[in-house]
Amino acid sequence: MGITFRKETFRDDFTFGNSPEHIRRFPFPFHEDSYMYAVNIEPHVVGPKGSVLKNLIDVDEHYVAEMQDRALVLTEDPLRCQSLPHMTLAGWDLLELLMEQQALGYPEHFTLTRDSDRWRWINRPLGIDDSFTFGDVSTLPYGPMEYITRQSQGDFCILDQRDGNLWMDAGMVTTQADWSLDFDIGMNFFEWHAPVPLAHEKGIFVRALKFLTNIQQGKPARRLNWTMTINPRLDTSPENYHKWGPDRTTVTPENVGDKVHLRVELQSFWRLPRSNAIVFPIRCYLIKMDELVTQPKWARRLHRVIRDLPDELANYKGLTRYRPTLVEWLSKLDDGSPTSPGFGSD
Amino acid sequence: MSTGTTKLDVVVSDVVPVNELVTRFHFRRRDGQLLPTFSGGAHVVVEMRDGERTRLNPYSLMGSPLDTREYTISVRRDDAGRGGSLFMHRHVRPGMEMVVSYPVNLFSLDLRARKHLMLAGGIGITPFMAQTAQLAAEGGNFELHYTCRTASLGTYADLLRERYDRRIRLYHDDRDERIELDRLLSSQPLGTHLYVCGPSGMIGWVRDRAAALGWPTETVHFEHFAAPQPGAPFDVTLAVSGRTIRVDEQQSLLEAIEAAGVDPPYLCRGGVCGQCETNVISHDGKFIHNDHWLSEEDHRCGRKIMPCVSRFEGRSLVLER
Repeated sequence: MGITFRKETFRDDFTFGNSPEHIRRFPFPFHEDSYMYAVNIEPHVVGPKGSVLKNLIDVDEHYVAEMQDRALVLTEDPLRCQSLPHMTLAGWDLLELLMEQQALGYPEHFTLTRDSDRWRWINRPLGIDDSFTFGDVSTLPYGPMEYITRQSQGDFCILDQRDGNLWMDAGMVTTQADWSLDFDIGMNFFEWHAPVPLAHEKGIFVRALKFLTNIQQGKPARRLNWTMTINPRLDTSPENYHKWGPDRTTVTPENVGDKVHLRVELQSFWRLPRSNAIVFPIRCYLIKMDELVTQPKWARRLHRVIRDLPDELANYKGLTRYRPTLVEWLSKLDDGSPTSPGFGSD
Repeated sequence: MSTGTTKLDVVVSDVVPVNELVTRFHFRRRDGQLLPTFSGGAHVVVEMRDGERTRLNPYSLMGSPLDTREYTISVRRDDAGRGGSLFMHRHVRPGMEMVVSYPVNLFSLDLRARKHLMLAGGIGITPFMAQTAQLAAEGGNFELHYTCRTASLGTYADLLRERYDRRIRLYHDDRDERIELDRLLSSQPLGTHLYVCGPSGMIGWVRDRAAALGWPTETVHFEHFAAPQPGAPFDVTLAVSGRTIRVDEQQSLLEAIEAAGVDPPYLCRGGVCGQCETNVISHDGKFIHNDHWLSEEDHRCGRKIMPCVSRFEGRSLVLER
């Protein structure tokens, strides 16, 4: 049985929503009633059925709509996709990884056939059937990274590894939480993380870099990150701040449940075999408060997390203006009873 | 995270003597599938079941990264070594089932380079076999200078000349031929990256001259082939696991720790990757540091050791393992 892809939008009339099954599989990011940074990295191995970890590259009911939204972003701003000249080989690595994983996880939707370097890729949801020569850029309509990331949910950063550091040298970034590939391109790990508060002092980035530069082929890793977004807008980029920034002034006690979304990023890290680069997929999941609070444990816990969040973090995540309204709304769903440990809903 | 890398079940598909010191081994996957793709400069760790002992030695992959039907390594026989190369030469035969790790690359090409200038000494040629194959397939610009003792010990020199012709320069010690290093390093186009693999003395010489001639450190890449050295036996207490173990003459400290059932992380087993770095809780004696990972300060103060290549002489050593 295949996925039923929703017809929905992430802009203008914002018709995005989650089906009941997708609410239950939402990757709720809080395992306890408070939140602070940690190097919360774990092996990226297949998880239980009915979770977003059932396949290592997740395809869900929002796939077609997300790819349409990405195409709109790229038409308006082609610099959301960039690859420095030495990163083409890594682009082929990524194409192989995403085609293999999508075909493996969703054979009813994707098929990859390989005959030496003659490849055929069938993507049924998007109506694509292309034959090409692996390694020959002239046989694809786009560069290899752009070609496959126009057909894969989530943002992708390809990090070149050299001089004991990682360098943001290629990427497809259209569903980001307020950061810009065009600004960060060519930067190293410490440079692009410079704006993050509190974590530098804790030595988190030094340890994280050491871990990431030692990621091995065949042993990907993952972590969750989160923020909040007003309206289900995928493209919350600095380039378009004028479009979404003012949304944060529109939250009222009446519309919290519909407008305020928890935005969770499933970030994974993979060593690419030919280029020795690291690919960093950032997969964004959105859920509106009305949907989230259908799980009573999540409602109680989110209330406590947002209420007690340090001001620096609330500010960095852009929550400050509407936090009191949100906390007040959530408090009505928190009877003070204990929450069970772990991420899952009860 | 668990130690080391994912393992591959392989079968020895061929054993080919190359010259009086070097033998080449071919591995295929036991299930008949393709092996994982790799990048030029990568190594695998080969597990050897040698009687009671498990040896884990790293060897550079020397085949073309474009062909993953098999992995090939070349092993130079070291009669004074700890026995890994002798085991490979004496006991490994076609059809034998073995286990190797997934490839790991600690000596990768910098793909920004406009030219790759490669310097190899002796068996240090092996990573360049894969790197030249990778670059040649992409039309990359490279030049390889290869020093060996004699023409008959110039492992793969003929093959390289046949494949790449004038891009390969050979130097034979017995004919007093020597790389004119200063001239070579002074005459490279802007954007050249330098790679060196060979004996420690050669690596040190090339790095020193490159630094003196103004090469930025990030354009100079090197891979030490630091096999663990044998030495006098010594005793070690592992404080965390509460054991006291003996490291015998032909064993590395890391191997002795593993033999006791404790599994520190590792990747290179050659003192460069930093994975097995171990804190010293107390010691009474002298360290024999052979790694390229810890700083001189770390070596002096005696608070850390790299058990893959370093040893100890003295009365007592307590490690945080």
